[in-house]
Amino acid sequence: MSGKSILKRLDWLSITIYVALVGIGWINIYSSTFTDTDPSIFNFASLHGKQLFFFGVSIVTIIIILALEANFFERFSSLFYVISMVLLLGLFVFGKTIAGATSWYNLGFFNLQPSEIAKVATALALAKYLSDIQTDIKRKKDQIFAVGIILLPALLIIPQPDPGSALVFFALMFVIFREGLPLYYLVIGLLTILVFITTLMFGTIWIVIFLGLVIALFFLLKKKTFKVPVFPLTIIIAATILFSLSVNFVFNNVFEQRHRDRFGLWLRLEKDPQKLDQIRKTIGYNTYQSEKAIESGGFFGKGFLEGTRTKGDFVPEQHTDYIFSTVGEEWGFIGTATVILLFTILFLRLVYLAERQKNPFARMYGYGVISILFIHYFINIGMVIGVLPTIGIPLPFFSYGGSGLLFFTILLFIFLKLDSNRLKEGN
Amino acid sequence: MKKILLSSIILIIGIVFIGRLSYLQIFSFSPDQVLEDPAIKAIYDYPERGYIYDRNGKLLVGNDPAYDVMVIPREVKPLDTLMFCNLIGLDKDTFIKKLKKARVYSPRLPSVLVPQLSKEDYAKLQEKMRHFEGFYIQKRSLRYYDTKSAANVLGYISEVNERDLAENPYYVQGELKGRTGVEKTYEDTLRGKKGVQYIQKDRFNRDIGPYKDGALDTPPEQGKEISITIDKDLQEYGELLMNGKRGGIVAIEPSSGEILSMISGPTYDPSLLVGRKRSKNYTKLYNDSIANPTWDRTLLAEPSPGSPFKTLNALIALQEGAITPDTKIMCYHGFYVGKTKRGCHCGGGLRDLHVGIYKSCNAYFAGAFRKIYDKFDTTDEAMDVWEKHMRSFGLGGYLGSDLHTGRPGRIPSKEYYDKWYGDNRWSSSYIISNSIGQGEIAVTPIQMANMTAAIANRGYYYTPHILKKVNGKDITIPRFTEMKHTTIDRKHFEPVIDGMADVYHKGTARWLQIPDIEIAGKTGTVENFTIIDGVKTQLTDHSLFVAFAPVINPKIAIAVYIENGYFGSRYAGHIASLMIEKYIKGEITRKDLEKRMLDKTLDHEYAKPYSGEEFKINEYVW
Repeated sequence: MSGKSILKRLDWLSITIYVALVGIGWINIYSSTFTDTDPSIFNFASLHGKQLFFFGVSIVTIIIILALEANFFERFSSLFYVISMVLLLGLFVFGKTIAGATSWYNLGFFNLQPSEIAKVATALALAKYLSDIQTDIKRKKDQIFAVGIILLPALLIIPQPDPGSALVFFALMFVIFREGLPLYYLVIGLLTILVFITTLMFGTIWIVIFLGLVIALFFLLKKKTFKVPVFPLTIIIAATILFSLSVNFVFNNVFEQRHRDRFGLWLRLEKDPQKLDQIRKTIGYNTYQSEKAIESGGFFGKGFLEGTRTKGDFVPEQHTDYIFSTVGEEWGFIGTATVILLFTILFLRLVYLAERQKNPFARMYGYGVISILFIHYFINIGMVIGVLPTIGIPLPFFSYGGSGLLFFTILLFIFLKLDSNRLKEGN
Repeated sequence: MKKILLSSIILIIGIVFIGRLSYLQIFSFSPDQVLEDPAIKAIYDYPERGYIYDRNGKLLVGNDPAYDVMVIPREVKPLDTLMFCNLIGLDKDTFIKKLKKARVYSPRLPSVLVPQLSKEDYAKLQEKMRHFEGFYIQKRSLRYYDTKSAANVLGYISEVNERDLAENPYYVQGELKGRTGVEKTYEDTLRGKKGVQYIQKDRFNRDIGPYKDGALDTPPEQGKEISITIDKDLQEYGELLMNGKRGGIVAIEPSSGEILSMISGPTYDPSLLVGRKRSKNYTKLYNDSIANPTWDRTLLAEPSPGSPFKTLNALIALQEGAITPDTKIMCYHGFYVGKTKRGCHCGGGLRDLHVGIYKSCNAYFAGAFRKIYDKFDTTDEAMDVWEKHMRSFGLGGYLGSDLHTGRPGRIPSKEYYDKWYGDNRWSSSYIISNSIGQGEIAVTPIQMANMTAAIANRGYYYTPHILKKVNGKDITIPRFTEMKHTTIDRKHFEPVIDGMADVYHKGTARWLQIPDIEIAGKTGTVENFTIIDGVKTQLTDHSLFVAFAPVINPKIAIAVYIENGYFGSRYAGHIASLMIEKYIKGEITRKDLEKRMLDKTLDHEYAKPYSGEEFKINEYVW
């Protein structure tokens, strides 16, 4: 396999979008950490300088990945998974605590976050397991094992505590669904969420009324010959009502006040507009400020380095989780829409690439990559623009953070390497 | 299905995000958010409030620098607390409490520690200030009054409240605004316009430079100085005369409508409402519900006018041809309404217009009033005509002056009596009291002065006003410079004015004549009532007087209203006479008269209703 041929076989559209996103992200990190006293770009003591350094590291890593044998990843995926789980376990002993979460190893020159490694390793391991000839996803046992691969790192990460990162792993369910897990699991999952939200917003009584209406309609419209499955139906109804009641209980007795406040704000449970406004400015301070910053950008934005709220550091964590608000303020709707468009095109392109894989491992890993990138993008931007509650996870390729950029790059480029190899290995 | 699941979700989320962003950035966006932006701080540059001068260029209101001791809690370093407390005049506990309060408000932002230091304290403190880090002195400007008079005319300024902020977006918390008097009416003129400078801030509220290099900044606009029509000397003199008396004096220059003085008694020193003690003093003045010093009696009191009103009824009777100056009416030491006799002090006998006026004969004017109504087929018609004439003198409605407050008084209409008695169930005898200015008539002192000015001008007036000059230039406001004509022909005024002049020669005010000045006037003695413990109780009559002088080319028209002063020729007549002399001659020749007014008070009358005992009214104590 010659260097020339691999360059030809790479998917340059994905790479172009990757470079564009990293570039736009860096410009906005520069802007949100900019001070008049230190305008130099290549100052590695500054945050944007560090980020630039890690981009350099990422390029070196990309070259290494592309130079490796394609089946290297498939072959060692189980090992990677075990190592990453050990690293996660090791945090309980050797972890470094930053901002209340014990999620890092201190390597001196930088802090390594093993959950980043675990994302790559779990995507690889899941693909490996599902593509095994002996695995049949229609079997209950195999279903449980596949879900177990996802759950293990999540369970190790939750006590750090880093619920945001743990949540990311559940996105890998998309891979299992793609490989044949019956979709009614997804339907049940979505309905559960729906019942949860409806209960909080309207109360259990409306759930009961709604169910009653559905049943009535069902009996009115059913064909005479249709035999009503009385027993399962009763179970479903009872379970729904029980769940709805337990939601109330859990929300009021198990959740902490800060959780209640977040949900209360997100679902607008507080009806008094003055109190709601108060909550928005205190508990929802971050989201309130980022929404305001984005709104103040208008259609065209205020221009590069002209964002007053960005300059005034009004949005907390703006260079990390809230980086998208800088785009909103300085580049306006044009900027935000462009970023959304770039991400969407990238994801769709990756789905297209995954679907054209002949090697099931490559396809499944591709789905894993998309799932992980997408859940980050969805939760992060959803939070920044105020449609989702506050869950702190970074925006891939955008947010400041060296190991974040590096491992998102690794995640993506392993797939691009597998893709470049698809014709060669096609069997 | 499973192949397109993820793609569909990706697309849907993309659309949702774009939708939300277009809502935020296109629909919610408004370009003039500069002031809402926490990152942009507006720093204001306040121009000095305009000075106020009197009609002769004498200073009434200026500005005085004041000094606030400010603190930025975060920057406070350990200090010699005792020494500092001595310097700023606080005890240690208060100092610590205030410092704590400032820290609670904001550790980074300045708070006022001690407001409005005196100049002496400032001088002491200034040189030592550098020893105390975190504290500094901020200069402010306070109103300074170069007179102890005219509080009701000048008004006062105070901090804007929530309502002001909601009503007028110009104001920002902590700014000052005219509350009453000229300060209120000419707020915009006096205030000027603050300059603004936009500063870019970070979230710790630290300045990080001008916003957009100052492209949106505006310079301050200076407040204008104004001259008001008040004569400072006359105003101050009038307030001296009002010593111990309640009521109002309004003097107007008939040829222009300019208000020469507007004295409400009791009044207060305007400097009471400035500075640190403002709020305490204001509460005290405002809560004095008996003497009511903040209630401007010249504009708000609505007594019945009494006998001065007879002159207007005479004019209407002449205008409508109901009488001629020679028409004679018999006075039986009173007159009869049905079988009831109403009294008269004029001495009785056959009266014509001239004698009727200077002897203030009730019977004559009751007769003349009836003759007006007899001219018309219906009472309604007569009432309309009468009301129209009365209103042409500026009565029964707001004058439209540039004073901050006012009352319409009352000239009853036919609807008013229809409501009272029923349609067509009343006639002139029901309302005969109106002929002598009692009954349902109510007139404010300024309306009385204006009506006198209209007589002095023989048939027209200028709307009374207080503003004379802005930045040294005479005003040209049409509503104040245009003549308002009454509905009475010029020729009818002379016989009435002759009668009013003889009030001074041989009538009710013959002891009040001023040497070398020909005055025309009319006394008024007005019955009035109050309610004590739920019982309607009559009080000593109000003393009223209207006058103008000189008779030819009048320079001053005046109305004096003294609550419970008894005969019009007593307090009100004396004061009117002294005021006219003071204004025209500049000095008083009749020192005994002056002394009497400066010394005599009516406190004994005002105490009566609160004594809790039976009391006599209209006693002949003098």
